[in-house]
This record gives sequence, C-alpha cells and structure tokens, in this order.
Amino acid sequence: MPADFVPKTIDLIRFLPEIILTVTGTLLMVLDAFAGRRWSGVYGNFSLLALAGSLAAAVYAFGVPGPAFSGMLMNDGFATFFRVLVIAVGILVVLASFRYLHREGVETGEYHALILFSVVGQCVMVTANELIMIFIGLEISSIATYILAGYLREDRRGNEASLKYFLLGSFATAFLLYGIAWIYGLTGSTNLAAIRGVLSSRDLAPSGMLVGFSAALMFVGLGFKVSGAPFQIWAPDVYQGAPAPVTAFMSAGPKAAAFAVFLRIFMTAFEPVGAGWEPLVWLSALLSMTIGNFAALTQSNIKRLLAYSSIAHAGYVMVALAARSETGTAAAMFYLAAYALMNVGAFAAVAHLAGKGERFVSIDDFAGLAVVQPATAALLAIFLLSLIGVPLTGGFFGKFYIFKAALQSNLLWLTMLGLLNSAVAAYYYLRILVMMYMREPGEAASVAEPLSIGMKTALVLPALGTLFLGIFPSAVLNFASKSAALIR
Amino acid sequence: MMTGVPLSWYLILSAVLFALGVAGFLFRKNIITVFMSIELMLNAVNLSFIAFSYQLQQVNGHIFTFFVMVVAAAEAAVGLAIILSVFKNRATLNVDDVNSMKY
Repeated sequence: MPADFVPKTIDLIRFLPEIILTVTGTLLMVLDAFAGRRWSGVYGNFSLLALAGSLAAAVYAFGVPGPAFSGMLMNDGFATFFRVLVIAVGILVVLASFRYLHREGVETGEYHALILFSVVGQCVMVTANELIMIFIGLEISSIATYILAGYLREDRRGNEASLKYFLLGSFATAFLLYGIAWIYGLTGSTNLAAIRGVLSSRDLAPSGMLVGFSAALMFVGLGFKVSGAPFQIWAPDVYQGAPAPVTAFMSAGPKAAAFAVFLRIFMTAFEPVGAGWEPLVWLSALLSMTIGNFAALTQSNIKRLLAYSSIAHAGYVMVALAARSETGTAAAMFYLAAYALMNVGAFAAVAHLAGKGERFVSIDDFAGLAVVQPATAALLAIFLLSLIGVPLTGGFFGKFYIFKAALQSNLLWLTMLGLLNSAVAAYYYLRILVMMYMREPGEAASVAEPLSIGMKTALVLPALGTLFLGIFPSAVLNFASKSAALIR
Repeated sequence: MMTGVPLSWYLILSAVLFALGVAGFLFRKNIITVFMSIELMLNAVNLSFIAFSYQLQQVNGHIFTFFVMVVAAAEAAVGLAIILSVFKNRATLNVDDVNSMKY
C-alpha cells in the first residue's frame, strides 16, 4: 500500500467542516436512540454548536487553500463562499425550527441530525472537483432532505411532498448520472479540469454531438435540482407540503449548492463547448422567470407563492449563467447569497405565523400583522422588498449585477425580458405587504404567539445580512469576483 | 481489448434499459413500479460505466459503479420508508391518488 494512502493532516484540515458536522450528526442519532425525549431541548443547541464550529473551520480552512484527498476536493475561495453560505443557512433554519418543532411536539435528535447531514452533503458538493464527489455530495444532501420533507409522518401533505420530492429527485439524479457516464466514456476522466483539457484540445476532443448529448443530460439533472423550468413541476407541491422550516432550508441550501455545482461543471469542464449550451440555459432562464412569476400571481397559499417565486429566482441566476463570464459567475454567487438570506427569512416568518398544524398559511392570514406584531411585519417587509429588488436591499444589487453581466455578454433580449419579469413579480410581493399593513387583523394575527428568542434571531440575522448586502455590496462582490476567477 | 462483444452493443443495451426506465417512470401508475423504474435507470447507467471503464482500461468507472450501488441502496431504504408512510396515511399506491395539493 503506498504511503500516501493515509490522508495527510492538511487534507483533514481542509475537510474539517464536514468532519465536524458528520461526527455531530452521528452523535445526535445515537443520543436520540438512548436519551430520547428526555433531552429533547438539547439537540437543537448541540447542532447549533456543531454548525458554528464548522463555520469557523470553513473560514480557517480558507487560510490553507488547495486540493485535498488527491484532488478529489478543491478548497478554494469559491468553495469557501458556498460553504459559509450553506452552513449559515443551516444555522438560521435550526434557529427557526426550535419553536416550530416544540409546537408540533416533535423535537427529536433525528431532525437536527438530518439537517446536519444535508449540510455536509452540500459542503461536499461545493468543494468537489470531481464528478464522483459531486454525485456523492448531491445524494447525501438529497436523501437527507427527502426525509426532512416528510418529517411530520402523520401529515398527509408532508408525506405527499416527501414522495414527490423523492421520486422526481431520484429521476433527476439518474439523468445526471447518465450524463456523467457518457462524459467519462468520452473523455476518460471524471476530474473537471481534466475533462476541460480534453474538450479544449483540438486532437483529442470527442464528437461534438455526443458531448452535447451528455451535457444536456447533466443539464436536465441539475435543472431539476435547482427547480429551473421546464423541470420545476415538483417545487410548488413539495414546498407547500413540507414543514415550513424545512421548506426554508430546501429553498436555500440545496439550491445554492446545486447552483455551485452547476457553475463549476459548466464553467470549468464544459466551458470549451460554451456556445453549445448557452441557448439551453438562455431558454431555461426565460421559462423559469416567466412561469414562476406568472404562476405566483394567482396563488393564495403563501408557501406555494414563495415556491413559484423561488422558481423565478432560479431563472434570474440562470441569466447570470447564460452570460458565460467571470462577472456572470460572480453575479450568480452574490445573488445566491442574497437570495438565501431573504428567502430563509421569509419562510421563517411563515413558520412563525403558521400556528399548530400549519393552519395559517394563506395570504389572507397575514392581514393586520403590522398592528399586532409590528416587528415581525417590518422584518418580513424587508425580505419581501429585497425579493422585489428594491434599492438598499441585497436583492436589488443581486439583480443589478446579474443584468449588468448579461448586458456585457450581449444578452439584450434576455435582460429586457428579465426586467419586465421582475416588474410583474413586484405585484404579488406587494400584495402580502398590503395585507400586512392595510387590513384589519384577522384570526391568524390575533392568535399569533410572541416571537421566541430563536425565531427572533432567525429573522433579525438575515434581515441584517440583506441590508448589509444592499448597503455595502462591494465587500461580498469583490470576494465573489476573486473566487469566480478560480473556477475557470 | 474488447474480444467478442463490441462496446457499442453494451452502450445500446444500456440506452435501451435507460429508456425503458424513463418510460416506466412516466407511464406507470403504481408507486412501487415507478420506484423500480428509477432503479432500472441507475443500473443502465452502471452498465455504461462498466463498459466504458473496460474499454478505457481504467478502474475509475468500476469505483463509480460501487458508489452508485451504495447510493441506490440508501435511496431504496429511504424511498420504501416514504412509500410505506404514504400507504399508511392513504391506503393507496396509485400515484394519481396522491394529489391533495392543488395545481
């Protein structure tokens, strides 16, 4: 056995965030089995601690950049950006879950362990430099999320959400895998840089049609995971049926990680055949924005509305992808950070107001929230304004950078249609604002419980983040631009 | 190195199996059958991996196949558990009956 079979210390340090999360997740499962409900209050704090630890480890690992485990993982700025993002989403979701789980009487270690495992998967996805690792990370994250979607076992809608997510998710994975198999067969490698090398060399490059075929298969698989049209059909049902904190999680973490993989594969490995896949992404971006925004106009269920809005936001990120440039990649990264914060915040507010058994998830239930709980209403208003893209919020600069990158790449039509789309989107977000501020309080607002400490943090932190991105965007954008240069 | 059966035959078989899996997923109504169609698709992919790996004289494809098998097993465990809890709540295994949320 060669001497380098044993992982080097530096590899382990670069992999430390994942190690911390995995060990804690496993520990939580064991604790749950032995201590059960007696310790039900502890599990959440325990997982918060682990997430904070891995956040620190991810930042520390940034100080020692480089490949790990013979190039299977690449710990670079790009990886650190997304690692920090998905771990932060994990922290916010755990904070938002405390009160919700207590209300439903289901505080188990299992829930927190699954969140941790899913975050591990996402961390592996965003660090991976190899199709094998991407696949494994994607599955670790997905399988944990399938279970989380159906976490409330007695709930009919939860079951249904879980089933649909599982079936369509596995279906998409099979497509992704078939694409990977073909690209492996054509290039003889699963390493992204090596694939790029083969595709860009003139003598070795395989038939363009077959490369296009495998890229299209992978596009189908990843399109499902990011809920981009025409592969978005699962998203509304799954987001509506899953428990609200889980929906917050699904709509931010796995989506950001899937987009990171999307960027890495298409900007690194498939960059030499960019002219071929650009029309595909172009069309998907336009369809996602249009379908998402127009379908959201007629929704009455807030979770379903936010689901359609999340499809539309996937479309905006795809616009940045279609730009096929470093500025586009940086814009996509910035947008995903802003989107994750505002979306988790909005869903946390929904989870807060939903009440036992999620009775209050209609838009009408937000009536008069500003009178009864001005603070909650104001925080939700920040998220909604950011989702619209109003200046001084992260959403504004996200959209601004994306459309700027698109214009630089001469995507004039896509930019115009995208801007028209965001004008349409303003209508349904404003409807919620009008409900909150201009109506008499209804039943939901009058029985709403006061904000718990966890929920307060889960609302205030993303609100601060959204405002920070809106007022000082350059700090994050500079980091994103530097990292975007690394994956090319 | 391929003595006997040429690579293209394996790839065609794999493509046919994958297409059958897709067709089964789209047209079958029983949840268990739909789930089995997904397994068929994964195994079709495995066949491609093995054929390519043999052709390229590399071990990468074999390793990938093992990971796919492990993941398929994990998915089966989770998937059957989900199907079981759906059946407990609704007493049906027809995909068309699992539609309580409006479009």
